[in-house]
Amino acid sequence: MDASTLTYIFVGISFALYIGIAVWSRVGSTKEFYVAGGGIHPVVNGMATAADWMSAASFISMAGLIAFLGYDGSVYLMGWTGGYVLLALLLAPYLRKFGKFTVPDFIGDRYYSDAARLVAVVCLIFISFTYVAGQMRGVGIVFSRFLEVDINTGVVAGMAIVFMYAVLGGMKGITYTQVAQFCVLIFAYTVPAIFISMMVTGNPVPQFGLGAEVTDGSGLTVLGKLDSVLQDLGFNAYTEGTKSKADIFAITAALMVGTAGLPHVIVRFFTVPKVSDARKSAGWALVFIAILYTTAPAVGAFARINFINEVNETPYQATPQWFKNWETLGLIGWQDKNGDGAIQYRAGAPFEGTPTFKEDGRGVSGERIVLNTTTANANEVYVDRDIMVLANPEIAQLPNWVIALVAAGSLAAALSTAAGLLLVISSAVSHDLLKKTFMPAITDKQELRYARLAAACAIGVAGYLGINPPGFVAQVVAFAFGLAAASLFPAILMGIFSRRMNKEGAIAGMLVGLFSTFAYIVFFKFVSPELNTEENWLFGISPEGIGAVGMVLNFMVSAIVSKTTKAPPPEVQALVEDIRIPSGAKAGHVH
Amino acid sequence: MEKPSKPDGDITISAHQKNANSYWKENISLLLKLLAVWFAVSFGAGILFVDALNAIDFFGVKLGFWFAQQGSIYVFVILIFVYAALMRRLEQKHGLED
Repeated sequence: MDASTLTYIFVGISFALYIGIAVWSRVGSTKEFYVAGGGIHPVVNGMATAADWMSAASFISMAGLIAFLGYDGSVYLMGWTGGYVLLALLLAPYLRKFGKFTVPDFIGDRYYSDAARLVAVVCLIFISFTYVAGQMRGVGIVFSRFLEVDINTGVVAGMAIVFMYAVLGGMKGITYTQVAQFCVLIFAYTVPAIFISMMVTGNPVPQFGLGAEVTDGSGLTVLGKLDSVLQDLGFNAYTEGTKSKADIFAITAALMVGTAGLPHVIVRFFTVPKVSDARKSAGWALVFIAILYTTAPAVGAFARINFINEVNETPYQATPQWFKNWETLGLIGWQDKNGDGAIQYRAGAPFEGTPTFKEDGRGVSGERIVLNTTTANANEVYVDRDIMVLANPEIAQLPNWVIALVAAGSLAAALSTAAGLLLVISSAVSHDLLKKTFMPAITDKQELRYARLAAACAIGVAGYLGINPPGFVAQVVAFAFGLAAASLFPAILMGIFSRRMNKEGAIAGMLVGLFSTFAYIVFFKFVSPELNTEENWLFGISPEGIGAVGMVLNFMVSAIVSKTTKAPPPEVQALVEDIRIPSGAKAGHVH
Repeated sequence: MEKPSKPDGDITISAHQKNANSYWKENISLLLKLLAVWFAVSFGAGILFVDALNAIDFFGVKLGFWFAQQGSIYVFVILIFVYAALMRRLEQKHGLED
């Protein structure tokens, strides 16, 4: 059977599964809608958290990023996993003991202030929409590449699926759907990785791949070969990287702390029965995440080797089919600078910016004609980093069912994260804005109706952002992590570990962290992108890492302001004492 | 509430408070130790001292690079389970299980 028929079948079966689960697990109360009734087993919750967390970026983009960044790509690996240590040790058990529904709920109650609650809601909505736009776009791209429909149709199909299980099933539906999605995505990720590992090193375990010998008879290890080949082509050594230590340090810190502060991840720990389960569950989440995250560096390294082997010095007419497929989609571009008809892959940008192609007519070798201004270096190929995982099965000439599996897996990754984000947005609106702030008189039934309505609206907005992506989607990923690190994480942490922290301190800290980080990113990404170079950065820290500085500012401002203003009321101090003690968590959950 | 002894007088209340305080202190000291390991394997081995460690060969991979892309993740997983188990023991010791 051909790849696209198989893809329809695989995607169809997985979607039917998700909808089936949604119908089976539909909810009738706000407690079920927000926290799945609070009775999710820690291993199940760990799996759901892993799916929730691993987005289109983890599944599709990360291995490609690492393939092209080498050592510099380590920031994603350490940053996106190390945050779970912070989460398990510093936040999850205490938030579970607190036993409410949302992150703004905790901040509002702990800082006895609706202003604090509102600041938290604003942070949460901003972070979540930034993130969800990318997911919907990811869904569209996967549909268009594998099912040959246009991107908008793909986005609408994705919206319909998420609508079914997020609106019907709330957190309960999402949890069980995410378990299914985790299984699909991890299978889809590891199967091609094992095949490619066999091909490149003869060892089926990708985790051992980096140090394994390449089967080409050269006697070099994978990393050794990459280092030497890349340096011959004028690149930096794979294991060295180019970023400064200060920047690597800051980006890793911002990603770690941001991960621990992301609301859609935090709320997953409200759904387990006990405080001790919250700790265990964070451990399980990281186990499931680590399966993908320890495979990714190998996939990245193999992909880079294969790419160089198959493309460099190959005449265009002899390039493999995948090269032409991705060129058709505009994610690969080739400019024959020296007119030899063969592809030279070297360091540097082949031409200025991302490729724009001439609509009709082909070049001398039959390639699409790139209209961009040529640069002076010898490199002739533009390759979008996102294609690495998606193209891998084709590069390795794997059977068609593997290609279909990767399509289903990437959709699972994008949809599971989108659903988690949409749920935290809808709970923040219905619970924190309506019930806790503006309409305290509504009943549980009405609140549930508003929650569903809010989820439906959020899906509409997310779909709109997916179809009309603001040109800056790729630019703003730094926002989500930086802002979570600079605003929510410190406020929650101090709420647990400092009895003396008061509302004045927390609000001042969140605002300073939020605005300083926001201003820095906006300045370098949008106002003066031409100044976005190392000499101009504060302490040599790029916009991606500035959240770490924002976090430090938040802590400092909070400490100073809280020292000079009056201590929180005794009942709040008692609340802090209470969340530090695990016993009584079940009782605390009854509303 | 599932507290081991019902606090029914000033003496037991303060005993309970003392118990909670010593539980919290031990928790903090455990946290700091584990976070020190967390910092050492990621920011330490993977970033600050990566060049020195890269001189060491670890199953065909430079050791610093290995910590940055693989090793730190394995250690993170172990850290969380160690924390969960030790906290469970600490809770039992103080009679504060949920």
